[in-house]
Amino acid sequence: MDYHSPASFAEASALAANATGITRFLAGGTDVLVQLRSELVAPDTLIDIKKINGVHDITRNADGSWTLGVAATGAEMSEHAELGKDWPGVVEAMDLIGSTQVQGRATLTGNLCNGSPAADSVPAMVAAGVTVTVTGPDGDRVVPVADIPTGPGKTSLTKGEVVSAVHIPARGDNGGDAYLRFIPRTEMDIAVVGVGVNLRLDGDTITEARVSLGAVAPTILLVEDCAKAIIGTTLDEDALDALATAASAACNPIDDKRGTIAFRTEVAGVLAKRAAKIAYARAKGENV
Amino acid sequence: MSKFHVSTTVNGDTVEYLCDPRETLLDCLRDKLNLTGAKEGCGTGDCGACSVTVDGRLVCSCLMLGVEADGKQVETVEGIAEGDILHPLQKKFIEYAALQCGICTPGILVAAKSLLEKNPNPTEEETRYWLAGNLCRCTGYDKIIRAVMDTAADLREAS
Repeated sequence: MDYHSPASFAEASALAANATGITRFLAGGTDVLVQLRSELVAPDTLIDIKKINGVHDITRNADGSWTLGVAATGAEMSEHAELGKDWPGVVEAMDLIGSTQVQGRATLTGNLCNGSPAADSVPAMVAAGVTVTVTGPDGDRVVPVADIPTGPGKTSLTKGEVVSAVHIPARGDNGGDAYLRFIPRTEMDIAVVGVGVNLRLDGDTITEARVSLGAVAPTILLVEDCAKAIIGTTLDEDALDALATAASAACNPIDDKRGTIAFRTEVAGVLAKRAAKIAYARAKGENV
Repeated sequence: MSKFHVSTTVNGDTVEYLCDPRETLLDCLRDKLNLTGAKEGCGTGDCGACSVTVDGRLVCSCLMLGVEADGKQVETVEGIAEGDILHPLQKKFIEYAALQCGICTPGILVAAKSLLEKNPNPTEEETRYWLAGNLCRCTGYDKIIRAVMDTAADLREAS
């Protein structure tokens, strides 16, 4: 296995474009090293992007949006009070992944590019409208997070392409987000269902909403019908029931030891209601 | 297969080793530097027996490559005591009998020290969450948690 630690994303992209066999990029390594060890994936080329300038930075831009370096860890995100104030749902979703030790290494970009349908940070990012910059042989392009995963373990990134930055929109006024997941134990497990909700209010009425589901389909879903169910409402009981119905209807899950199809479908609706209530309360300025 | 020359700092000492890029930091600590305090339990980041800090950040050394340690500051359980003088956590673990087989203990000591450096006054819940990535199959955790809480109280009084 060849190991490279390039000084720029253009160099990283060129290394990947010219490599033969299996290439993996190394950010936090909490998935890549497990795959390496279990011999699930035996990369011929490993490209460590952590020596590139700025990859640990968490920056608030002049317009209120955020740019995160691709090696910014969960621990660094949780310790960033301002980021957590703007986007508590994104930060809490990332923070749910693994132990303190894993948080010291794991990254949003790694969670995204690992391609797991049960990735915790991804529904929160999809709901928040997060985009990533992808650097490739033909230059940079900006891609919505929702368009990166294409199936379990698969992404839309082509040979020579690497995610080089994460962009979180400006929070703006009267907005709130939340992420909830169900796991069979209290800590450190893989989501059976994950729900991210991001919404904005005008007074008591929801004017914008994005609802994303994880672990209930081959990819993480952005569910338009869930958004429609709550936009224009004050999140009353009828709206919550319509939201739950839409969430359950969008599910296309697998049966496995963590949860059956029927269970995942039911729980998606329940969690969507709970996450929406939290996002709504946050949009009202409540500290929940 | 070309080997990489790594220069790093472990417990304050500058050390160098040659490693294959597939070798983990844990492999390098144990097999090249003879620092066998960090243990390999699962090798997949689930058990925490290999916990060390890198640039002050608690990590599993099995989830990091040896080559990535170049230029970093690594702290292991071997650096916790000062010569023959045990760290307050180590003394308290003995007092509380917070270990039986001892495989998890180095990782738990490193993780607990890291917690107390960040938060000298953790609640029991914060302590349990912080140490949730360190598995122990002997003690049932209660003695470990009590030892850490009591050490924290002692250190607060002493400071």
